[in-house]
Amino acid sequence: MADLAKSSSPLARAQGAGGAGHGGEHWWAQRVSALALVPLVIWLLVSLVAMVGAPHAQVIAFIAEPYNAVLMVLLIAAALYHSQLGIQVVIEDYIHKESSKWMLLLLNRFLTIGVGAAAIFAVLRIAL
Amino acid sequence: MAQKQAVSPAHRPRPLSPHLQIYRWPVTMGTSILHRITGVGLSLGAFLIAWWLIAAAAGPDAYGTFLILADHWVGRFVLLGFTLSLVYHLLNGIRHLFWDVGAGFRVRTANATGRLVYGLTILVTLAIWLAGYWVKGDLG
Repeated sequence: MADLAKSSSPLARAQGAGGAGHGGEHWWAQRVSALALVPLVIWLLVSLVAMVGAPHAQVIAFIAEPYNAVLMVLLIAAALYHSQLGIQVVIEDYIHKESSKWMLLLLNRFLTIGVGAAAIFAVLRIAL
Repeated sequence: MAQKQAVSPAHRPRPLSPHLQIYRWPVTMGTSILHRITGVGLSLGAFLIAWWLIAAAAGPDAYGTFLILADHWVGRFVLLGFTLSLVYHLLNGIRHLFWDVGAGFRVRTANATGRLVYGLTILVTLAIWLAGYWVKGDLG
């Protein structure tokens, strides 16, 4: 992130923070994960269409293919990271009561990491 | 010159303050809120992808249950919503990335690309579903 931080405004660089005291990294992380997701989502859509109604064995064979397994893990990580960043902004925009906001922000993180861990474990279990 | 200045302001329609009941939504307002709504929807959709993978890892029985539910009309309805959301968020996300490098910011351009995204979302989703039915063998 050090290189990306150079792209912030001169004032922000001098103060070491944006107007809110933070946020530059969040903005960049959202864009970088978005960029990574463009090819990954296209790959997912093509792959899913090819497996519509496919029997269990065919799906297993597809995920067990090393490059498919790697792409799937990358997709899960990038998508859930991107989702967590996005949902965080939605919560911050609409929930103003401090206690509810923090509860939801924590829930957002825990659920995202939990779902990601479970999905990646499933891929590894099939592929390894 | 003086005459023109005296005439033109009277003939130019004056801007009106937005009246909430009749105020027309600009294209960019619709695309923006839809981006957020589909983003939230896709975050919930992540549970579906996780369920698909976990069911596949759990074995043929769990995967069979997944297939039965996905094939039900409710499952298909959810999957159609998921496809629409994913395609829209992907296409409009690319539009956002162009804005982030400073391209396509003129109002006319932003409105045109917004309509383009709407149109392409329908077309690409249709193409994906036709391809899906074809793969499944329902189209012969």
